[in-house]
Amino acid sequence: MNLFFFLLFAIIAVVCAVSVVAQRHPISSALSLIGVMGSLAVLYLLLGAEFIATAQIIVYAGAVMVLFIFVIMLLNAGAEDRGGKRSLLASALGVPAIVALLGVLCYFVQRWFPNAGTVQFDAWRGGSAQAFGYALFTDYLLPFEVTSVLILIAIIGAIVLARKELD
Amino acid sequence: MVFFIITLIKLALIAFVLLTALAYLQWVERKVIAHVQVRMGPSRVGPHGLLQPLADVIKLITKEGVIPPHVNKFFYLGAPFLAVFMALISISVIPFGTQISAFGYTTQMQLTDVNVGLLVILAISSMGVYGIALAGWASNNKYSLLGGLRSSAQMISYELPLSLALAAPLLMVGTLSLREVVNGQAGFQLGFIPKWTIFSFPSPQIFSFLIFMIAAFAETNRVPFDLPEAENELVAGFHVEYSSMKFAAFFMAEYANMVTVCSVATLLFLGGWQPLWPVEYGSNFLAPAILFLAGAICIYHGINWARPLDKYTLPAFGVIFFLLAGLMAFPPVVPVLMPIFWFCAKLGILLFVFVWIRATLPRLRYDQLMGFAWKFLFPVALLNLLVTGLLVALFS
Amino acid sequence: MPSLPFQDAVPVSWYLLLSAVLFTLGVAGFIIRRNIITVFMCIELMLNAVNLSFVTFANQHRQVSGQIFTFFVMVVAAAEAAVGLAIILTVFKNRDTLNIDEINTLKN
Repeated sequence: MNLFFFLLFAIIAVVCAVSVVAQRHPISSALSLIGVMGSLAVLYLLLGAEFIATAQIIVYAGAVMVLFIFVIMLLNAGAEDRGGKRSLLASALGVPAIVALLGVLCYFVQRWFPNAGTVQFDAWRGGSAQAFGYALFTDYLLPFEVTSVLILIAIIGAIVLARKELD
Repeated sequence: MVFFIITLIKLALIAFVLLTALAYLQWVERKVIAHVQVRMGPSRVGPHGLLQPLADVIKLITKEGVIPPHVNKFFYLGAPFLAVFMALISISVIPFGTQISAFGYTTQMQLTDVNVGLLVILAISSMGVYGIALAGWASNNKYSLLGGLRSSAQMISYELPLSLALAAPLLMVGTLSLREVVNGQAGFQLGFIPKWTIFSFPSPQIFSFLIFMIAAFAETNRVPFDLPEAENELVAGFHVEYSSMKFAAFFMAEYANMVTVCSVATLLFLGGWQPLWPVEYGSNFLAPAILFLAGAICIYHGINWARPLDKYTLPAFGVIFFLLAGLMAFPPVVPVLMPIFWFCAKLGILLFVFVWIRATLPRLRYDQLMGFAWKFLFPVALLNLLVTGLLVALFS
Repeated sequence: MPSLPFQDAVPVSWYLLLSAVLFTLGVAGFIIRRNIITVFMCIELMLNAVNLSFVTFANQHRQVSGQIFTFFVMVVAAAEAAVGLAIILTVFKNRDTLNIDEINTLKN
C-alpha cells in the first residue's frame, strides 16, 4: 500500500506540476498548483507528518492560493499569448539547461543517499501535533517569535501597498 | 475484511441519513421561516408538505440543465461538484455517539477517528471556497464574478476569528481528536453543572462560542452575511447561471456546511453527546418524555381536527412518536441511543438558530461586513484566546 | 492482509527524486512563463518541492526539526504571497499589464 499510494500521488503531483507550467490561463495554473499541494499533503501524511499535512492544506491551499485566485479574478487576467519573439539563445539552450539541472539534482540525490533507508507509513509517529508543538515552543521559540514579527511586517507592508493605490 | 465491511455499512448509513436530513432541513427551514412570518409554508405535497423535499428533488433532477454558451465549461461544471464534495467529506471525521456493539463487533459511531480531526475539518472547509469562487468566475457574468470575489474575501477574513475561537476551548481539553474532545467534557462540576467548555471552570467559553457562531454564519454564507448571493443587488450572486442539479448542488453544499459547523460547535462547546444533567437525576428520561408529549399533542389535534385530513395524518404521527418514545425507554438500547439523542438535540437547536436568524435579521452592507470581521471580531477573538490561555495556565 | 511479494516500503531517495522533479518544473516555469502571477506560482511550486525534501529528511532522521523548517517556509511563503500580490496589484494599476516582458522600466 505504501508503494501504491506513493506512486499514485507522486504521479498526480508531477502531472499537476507540468500542468502549472504548461497551462495558458493563470486560473488553470492556480488550480493545478492546488492539485500539487493536495497530493504533497498526502505524501506528508505517508511520511508521518500529520500536522504539516493539515497545515499545508490550511495555509497553502486554503489561504495562499485563495489569495492568488482572488487576484486573478480581480484583475480579470486573461490567457497568456504565446506569440512574440523569444531570444534564440533561450529557445536553443532552455530545454537542455533544464534537463541538465534535473540531471545534477538526481545525481546528487543518488550519490549522497544511495542507501538512505525506506519510508513506511506509521513506522514513525514523531510528527503528531503534540510533538510538533513541543519542539516549536521549546527549541525553536526564538525563530517562532521572529516569524510572528515577519508576519506583522508583511501585514503592514500589504496595507501600505494597497493604501497607496487608493489615493 | 470485517473492518472494511463495517466501514462500508457505516458509510452507506451515514450517507443515507445525512442526505435525507439535508433534504428535510430545507423543508424545516421553509416551515420555520413561514411560521415566523405568519404564513403556512409548504402544505400541499403530502401532509403538512412533508413530501415537498421529494417533489423538489424530482423537479430538480428532471429539469433541463442549461449550459450558457459564454461559460468556461470545465470550471463551470466542476465548481458545483467541488462545492458539494468538500461540504460532504468533512462529515467523515465527526463523531456522533459513543460506540455500538452488534454481532460481537464493536465499532465507534464515527467514520474515522483522526488524531488531528479538527484540523482536517478546518482544512476541508477552507477548500470549500473554491467551489463558489470558481462558479462565480467560470459563469463569465459580472454579477457572478462579484459574488465569487465577495465570497472569497469574506471566507478568508472570517476564517481567522473562527480558528481563534476554536483554539480557546482546545486549550482547555488539550487534544485535537474530536472524540477525545468530547470525552474530556464528561462529568459534572458541583454535582450538576456539566463540564462542557461553554460552562466549565476556569474560563467559561461563552465568548468563544458566540464568536464561533458569528464567524460560522459568514463561513456558510448565511443571512445576515449572505452577500455572495444577495438577491436584490447581485441577482443571485455566484449561482445566477446555474440550473437543475448543478443549482441544487450549491444548496446541498450550503446545508451540509451548516450541519458541519453546527456539529463542530456541539462537539467543542456543548459537550457533544454528554447529557445536560446527570443520569442519576433522570436525564435518560428526557427523550422518551419529549417524544411522548409530541405524540400526545398529535393525538389531541387529531381528535380536535382543524382540517379534514388531520383526522388521519395526526394520529398516525402520534402513534409513530409513541413507538419512538417506547424505543428510547427500552433499557438495552438506551446506552446506544441516548448519546445520539443528545448530539442530535444540540445539533438541531443550533440549526434552528441558523434558520431563526435567517428569518429575523437583515443583510449587512459589504464594507460593514469586512469592517466587522477585521476591526471587531478578530481583536475580540485574540483577546479571548489570551484571557483563556492565562486562566488555563493559572489554574492548572 | 496477504503479504506482498516485495517489500512494501518506499526508498527515501524516491521522495527526494520527486522533490527534484517538482523543483525543476518550478524553475522551468519561472523561466518560460510571462504572466507575473504564474511566475509567482512557480516560485510557490519550488518552495513546495523543497518542503517535501525537508519532511522526507525529518522522517529519515526521525526528528521533528525538518517539519519545523517546513512550517517556517510556509509562514514565509504566506507573508510573501500577501506582499507580492499587493505589489502585483499596484503594478497592474500603474502599467495595466501582467506581462513581465513589458514591465521593464524602472520609472515611467
